[in-house]
Amino acid sequence: MGEVKLIGTKQSFPCTRIQWALKLKGVEYEFLEEDLMNKSPILVKYNPVHKKVPVLVHDGKPFAESLVILEYIDEAWKHNPLLPHDPSERAIARFWAKFVDDKVVAGALEALKAEGEEKEKAVKSALESLAFLEKQIEGKKFFGGEEIGYLDLVAGWIPLWLGVMEEIGGMKLLEKEMFPSLYGWSQNFIHIPLIKECLPARENLLNYFHASIQYVRSLAAKKT
Amino acid sequence: MADEVILLDFWASMFGMRVRIALAEKGIKYEYREEDLRNKSQLLLQMNPVHKKIPVLLHNGKPICESLIIVQYIDEVWKGKAPLLPSDPYQRAQARFWADFVDKKVYDVGRKTWTTKGEEREATKKEFIDVLKLLEGELGDKQYFGGADFGFVDLSLIPFYSWFHAYETFGEFSIEGECPKIIAWVKRCLQKKSVSETLPDSKKVYDFVSEMRKKIVAE
Repeated sequence: MGEVKLIGTKQSFPCTRIQWALKLKGVEYEFLEEDLMNKSPILVKYNPVHKKVPVLVHDGKPFAESLVILEYIDEAWKHNPLLPHDPSERAIARFWAKFVDDKVVAGALEALKAEGEEKEKAVKSALESLAFLEKQIEGKKFFGGEEIGYLDLVAGWIPLWLGVMEEIGGMKLLEKEMFPSLYGWSQNFIHIPLIKECLPARENLLNYFHASIQYVRSLAAKKT
Repeated sequence: MADEVILLDFWASMFGMRVRIALAEKGIKYEYREEDLRNKSQLLLQMNPVHKKIPVLLHNGKPICESLIIVQYIDEVWKGKAPLLPSDPYQRAQARFWADFVDKKVYDVGRKTWTTKGEEREATKKEFIDVLKLLEGELGDKQYFGGADFGFVDLSLIPFYSWFHAYETFGEFSIEGECPKIIAWVKRCLQKKSVSETLPDSKKVYDFVSEMRKKIVAE
């Protein structure tokens, strides 16, 4: 059903979300690896507003922003639904997806970048966000229920990416004792074959974050 | 069994206005409850424990939070009248993208027009105009962002108009001067009852911002 291209990078978890979604729907696609330090004309053409990845191109029509793309994929390919059918359950899934991006991801990145007292504050804040997420997964195998769904894909960066951020940032956020349900979910999720096969190599991810944090810190140093 | 719809809101909130416009477009009867944001009600804290923010829609006791999520919920439940999102998946994705853009750019940059001074304020004004010009580009020659009909993106942006007078006065710039197409679009939106009856008076918003600004900006 049409030609599908995904412009992205293997290290970017918003891109991985899209790969997971396409694979769950059984959609064939071409992955166009982007060099974010040297953005291609094709990326700038298809996402002139933000110039970011991921960008999905379906029959020449571009889609940007991972959560927007996930909803599009769910509407364009109706089998194996990602979002629940009921409107109030959809609203809940969308709420938690926004929470994951605005609070959990942002919180983990803040904690990663910060140093000293700022780091302590950032870690505390990130733990508070994880506590909310823990409550959501309590008693469930996946956020989507018995099968993975939209929110699992959105939170899917946690097993690998969060672990790498913790290592680079010298902090522990997803403690098994503190968040047993979330930890359990992360282990179940990461072992699903189609999830596993889209993951980048841990070594590459470590190098990527290491380089990014040096870059961010050098920018901050220049300002003082 | 009649639906019970309650909206926890604050009169000057652009986010709350989005929901009020959506409810008006759909002709949904609801109870409006004004929150004192310095003294939040038990109900608000109970129904939005994560963010403790308005707007919160209570539909038969079930809370829905986050303005754009509430609007999509309203569109999905009350399907029969005034569709807010297009039916075509590509168009829907475009609508979601641009509403997300409004969320990411207009609020934060707009806020800086009245909370900053000097060089920072000058940079902010430029950024704000650039954001509006990008939106003008997206609007193009259409009546509304949604095309011939008022829709999701229009609804997400129009409430900010009630804050423009405050932005312009404290920022010392003219939005109409720089972005006439946006103002022309605003005037078309104000022809709609759901919009004109929802947006508060710009002077009232200005007075409110003025009070808040005293506590934030040291002279």
